[in-house]
Amino acid sequence: MKKSLLFVVSLIVVMAMVLTACAKEEVAPEVEETEETVVEEPEEEVVAESPGLQMESAVVAAQFFSMDDYNQSLEWMANEPVNPDDPIYLQYLLEDPTSIADYPQYEQKDGPYNICFSNAGVNNPWRVVGYTTMGEQVLQLQDEGVIDNFYHIDAQGSDEKQIADIEDIISNPGQCDLLIVSPNTSEALTPVVEQACEVLPVVMFDRYAFTDCPVVSERPIGGYAFGISGAEFIVDTLGEEGGNVLAIRILPGVDVLEQRWGAAKVIFEENPQLNIIGVEFSAYDSFEVNTIVTDYLARFGEIDAVWMDAGGTAVSILEAFEDAGVDYPKAMVGEDQNDYLGFWKENGLNAIAPTFPTYQWRTAVLASVMFLQGEIVQHNWVLPQIPVTDANLDDYYNPAMPPLHYAQCGCEDMVNYPDAWINVDVAKYDNLND
Amino acid sequence: MTTSAVTEKNSFMKVLSNIWELVKKIPPVFPIFFVLFIIVSLLSPTYSTANGVMAFLRRTAPLGILAIGQMIVLATGGFDLSMGSIVTLVCLVSSLLLANDEANTYPTIGLMLLLGAGIGLFNGFVVTFLKVPSFIATLGTMLAVRGAALYWVGGAPKGYFTDNFRMWGRGYIENVPLVGRFPIGLIVLIVVGLISWFAFHRTNYGKQILAIGDNVRAAKLSGVKVRLVRMSAFMVSAVLAVIGGVMIGGYGGVNVSIGEGLEMDAIAAAVVGGVLLGGGKGAVVPVVFGAYTLEILFSMLNLLGLPKPYKDSIQGLIIIGAVAYVAISQRKKR
Repeated sequence: MKKSLLFVVSLIVVMAMVLTACAKEEVAPEVEETEETVVEEPEEEVVAESPGLQMESAVVAAQFFSMDDYNQSLEWMANEPVNPDDPIYLQYLLEDPTSIADYPQYEQKDGPYNICFSNAGVNNPWRVVGYTTMGEQVLQLQDEGVIDNFYHIDAQGSDEKQIADIEDIISNPGQCDLLIVSPNTSEALTPVVEQACEVLPVVMFDRYAFTDCPVVSERPIGGYAFGISGAEFIVDTLGEEGGNVLAIRILPGVDVLEQRWGAAKVIFEENPQLNIIGVEFSAYDSFEVNTIVTDYLARFGEIDAVWMDAGGTAVSILEAFEDAGVDYPKAMVGEDQNDYLGFWKENGLNAIAPTFPTYQWRTAVLASVMFLQGEIVQHNWVLPQIPVTDANLDDYYNPAMPPLHYAQCGCEDMVNYPDAWINVDVAKYDNLND
Repeated sequence: MTTSAVTEKNSFMKVLSNIWELVKKIPPVFPIFFVLFIIVSLLSPTYSTANGVMAFLRRTAPLGILAIGQMIVLATGGFDLSMGSIVTLVCLVSSLLLANDEANTYPTIGLMLLLGAGIGLFNGFVVTFLKVPSFIATLGTMLAVRGAALYWVGGAPKGYFTDNFRMWGRGYIENVPLVGRFPIGLIVLIVVGLISWFAFHRTNYGKQILAIGDNVRAAKLSGVKVRLVRMSAFMVSAVLAVIGGVMIGGYGGVNVSIGEGLEMDAIAAAVVGGVLLGGGKGAVVPVVFGAYTLEILFSMLNLLGLPKPYKDSIQGLIIIGAVAYVAISQRKKR
């Protein structure tokens, strides 16, 4: 009896110690802050030195951000597509041609081809739309007799599983003529992607591994451009006067999201007339985000602009403004999600939707087939990334599509459009092989 | 003469001590809540307007309902970790079944309630008949329900919520005297609260639940149908999770992450409301105030400029504190 008691007590002590160790930094400022706020309460201007940028949630992890990449993205954003007459999902912003002839280690053969796809996951609406677009493209190519089997291997958001998945493919030579990879995280997947390159051609898209070995690395300009578009829109809209800006992020530590915020932060820091009142993580939860915005409205009275690193909960944010009985923000940043575009149109918002277009999923399949057939493809294939603005809103908003559909799917010319995107069934594409 | 003076003095002391006894009986959650609320309304003028207060009451109403459900399971000595997933299920599957048609709203809600009762029955069955500890059993259900919901809808929500579905969590009754507008969610909470208060404090059922939580063997020997009551507790909890889910979905709108972590919010709210982890103690009204106290505490931290992650740490500390309290008081008993 005594022993078990001792055990319980020591367990609690250890847990308390761990917690105090973790909470130490957090508890300390709590006390300070209390005093501070009490003192500064009457003079709001003193607090107004962009408190948000001082928050821990505003820190950009160094390994995810490089000023060179930021500048390169700026450059690419100014580029016009080299091949404007091709459909958007085949356009590219810089020329970097290659073909299977440049890779003597890979054997060229006639179709139909077997293609493997190691997917980071189908665990958010963006990936659902992208994967649907990809699956429909594969179905069409199967009907044309170009693709034989398509093996989708879902890593379900786990690095370990994805590494094991790719190792399986490597140890089964001949099963696939080409491997498409959408890496779960960059660093962890790099070695195994390099191993795969030695055995079969690899096409990489969405998130990247740190290697140049894939025959095609394809995606839109990326996270920096996403962050820049939204932040610049806020700077332009609020002008010299500036105003209160609330930044909503999903979660820390994901490369594409860190890049979006990192780029926006650069611009916010260059524009001191903007008062970044807070940087908050929403965990993509619409209930949570509503609470955050309500509290910030209560605290600051007015929010002139909202910046987001992904638009999933944009409508909930706008509803929080509505419920608080205040005007919508003067500048709103969301994403090309259909519910947001609809809300924008209906309420005549001043808004922008930076995009990370889902058509890149389709490009991956098409680039794979083109490469195997010996056609010219782009080694670094940078797709256009065009934000939705008031000028082109009507091109992208479609009231018939579901709320979490992503408008820039590049799928409008496909056989099963719009049904396959209205009645989404991702399981359907897991059986595209014998 | 002297004797009467002494008795007078004694009776005065008695009255005083009686009053003190009464004060001691007031659950600490009430004064804590009001103190926090006063601080928050000093920090932000919004919380001292009728509109701001009503918005706050509306936002926390679903958590109040979840906390009642969680309390009933906690009072039997169990845990229900599947609540958050049930909320996710309700939001995802409703978006599909509503099919953007207002006429489908009530059949959908009805079906969800049935489904919730089914999940609760399953939880109860696994816990009582298969003897799996409720923590593990409902953890399993949590994963299974979430997975099933995502599979059912094909990976992403399919449609919008209709206005009459969203009304339950988001709507107000306008032009109410004194307060201006009154949240519909709060009415739901009051109704659910009254029913559960009656069932929990005015019927045998409540006493049986507490008896099971206090001492299963004693309860069994005194004729309580332990299995039946336990299973019903899980069913009540799951059904209340569905009601909370409809309100949360209505408040927040279509979303895949909605509901994540709510089971912990509900447990923390119940603990703040004086529920003993391990069972045997619990009351409806303090638990509802527990939910409001938790939420006003988070609002206060936010108004003080602390970022959201603090919320999780503090919630964790509250739960660990509660567990430690139970462990220490049990040691005293021995």
